[in-house]
Amino acid sequence: MLRGHTLTQMLAAFRLFVAAALASLSLGAQAQLSIEITGAGASRFPVVIPIFENESQLPRGVTDIVRADLERSGLFTLVDIGPQALSESTPPDLAGLRGRGADAVLTGTIAAQGDGRYQVRFRLFDTQKQAELGAMALPMAPAQNRAVGHRIADFVYEKLTGQPGYFSTRIAYVIKSGPNYELQVADADGVNAATALRSREPIISPAWSPDGQRLAYVSFEQKKPIVYVHTLATGQRRVVANFKGSNSAPAWSPDGSQLAVVLTKDGQSQLYALNADGSGVRRLASSSGIDTEPSWAADGNIYFTSDRGGSAQIYRVPAGGGSAQRVTFEGGYNVTPRPSPDGRQLAFITRNNGRFQVAVLDLASKQTTILTDSARDESPSFAPNGRMILYATETGGRGVLAAVSSDGRIKQRLTVQAADVREPAWGPQPR
Amino acid sequence: MKKLALPLLLSTLLAACSSTGPEATGAKVEDRSSGAGVATVTAGSTSGVRIPALVDPNNILSKRSIYFDYDSYVIKAEAKPLVEAHARFLVQNPNETMRIQGNTDERGSREYNLALGQKRADAVKQALLLLGAKEAQIESVSLGEEKPRCEEAAEACYAQNRRGDILYSAAGDY
Repeated sequence: MLRGHTLTQMLAAFRLFVAAALASLSLGAQAQLSIEITGAGASRFPVVIPIFENESQLPRGVTDIVRADLERSGLFTLVDIGPQALSESTPPDLAGLRGRGADAVLTGTIAAQGDGRYQVRFRLFDTQKQAELGAMALPMAPAQNRAVGHRIADFVYEKLTGQPGYFSTRIAYVIKSGPNYELQVADADGVNAATALRSREPIISPAWSPDGQRLAYVSFEQKKPIVYVHTLATGQRRVVANFKGSNSAPAWSPDGSQLAVVLTKDGQSQLYALNADGSGVRRLASSSGIDTEPSWAADGNIYFTSDRGGSAQIYRVPAGGGSAQRVTFEGGYNVTPRPSPDGRQLAFITRNNGRFQVAVLDLASKQTTILTDSARDESPSFAPNGRMILYATETGGRGVLAAVSSDGRIKQRLTVQAADVREPAWGPQPR
Repeated sequence: MKKLALPLLLSTLLAACSSTGPEATGAKVEDRSSGAGVATVTAGSTSGVRIPALVDPNNILSKRSIYFDYDSYVIKAEAKPLVEAHARFLVQNPNETMRIQGNTDERGSREYNLALGQKRADAVKQALLLLGAKEAQIESVSLGEEKPRCEEAAEACYAQNRRGDILYSAAGDY
């Protein structure tokens, strides 16, 4: 591939590379997402997460990450018992801790392994049942303090709520700063933001592959919407849909082998499926109007938005073919359907007295609940455990991200200084 | 080929540069310090003007925007002379190609607005075909709400964003 390049081209590429590296450093400092809790659960679980034994040997802490994760989830409240560590090898005074208001306590020890690496051992106890809920040992390099902290927070969350945690997941979103667009990926707590794609033209609709390694998205860099699949680790990009007309709204099949997309190659915006390498395009549904925003549910149904009935409403069609069924009936504008990971709920955007808000539909009871009181909500995206919904909204004329629990109680806001954030997509549980 | 190879080279350089973190030897947790695992790519495209008339401010062909009413996909009477001029250009220059970008105001879902913008681009394309342009000369696409000309949340502003824009490859537009 490189043989045809002249020295000038190589130098130009290198200069571009240096400029890009510098730009990423400067934007990186201000592009940190900060998360603020704006609403919490009605009853929060009181937990004690003391510092681990020998944790001060690490350059950067682990338990502060665990505490921040659990507190941000809105489901826990931290009970402070002071600066003393509780060793993993010593049974804690459960009755005493219960007396101080804690329902659960995490004990832990960090053990140096002599090769610069460490082992983290921890145990979780229920002070009411006076019983151990579980224990684990994880190897770690000093630089892995955050990843290990998220893993421990996931462990505590799962033992105490019965659902998997989402602290080890990543999110993708688009930042617009002046004329520049960046597709970024960050840890679920907003830290470690990294730019996957930088462009002078818009980027929309990022969608995570089920293995969490790739993003499909729509980029306008060629002055028209084209669907790409981008491997995050290498930066390798593949055009998967660039037919005549517009190409948009990619949605992965649950097994990651196919994408549903919207194409206009045969007329109006219609649904098609193609293989993840862009081959084998075939029609998924037909209408005389607009069909768009497909989302592939675990049960094989594809939910989508269509104006075939006169107004924008949500429908579903089996991915293998069949007739479309209307799903939403209330109101004149229901769009962007996103089925929950367990398939029981559907998050979507509804227009309610001129305001665009996040709603969930319980697919069994057909009950719709509006979860937000904002006016410009877009792009809902479920956490892999189905408990939280990340979405884009606007405050003070600026694009921000927000998250709401599927029961509407817990609310968070994620902002980036001096830039618009939009188009969030919550990544899958790491494998 | 050159256009494709440059970003590839760039991403290779970046990938090589980003693999300097500590090795995760046998660790069960992923190392994500300093944004590890994501290589940055920069997108871009270039072109030049081949037919100066298309960008001459004294020529009607330099006027490229056709405006629409709210929730409407019908070309207004006032836009007819402009559409006719562009149709004439395509008929007289059968080897030249055009791209029409449909645009919407910002209210509602981005992807749904992309589909609505497509309807505006298609309306302009149909008008040009009726005036003798050939199907192969015109590509209608949509930018939805992504490239507003005016960014205030007011009706006067929204009206400027409900439009179809004509691009010519001969004008260096794409």
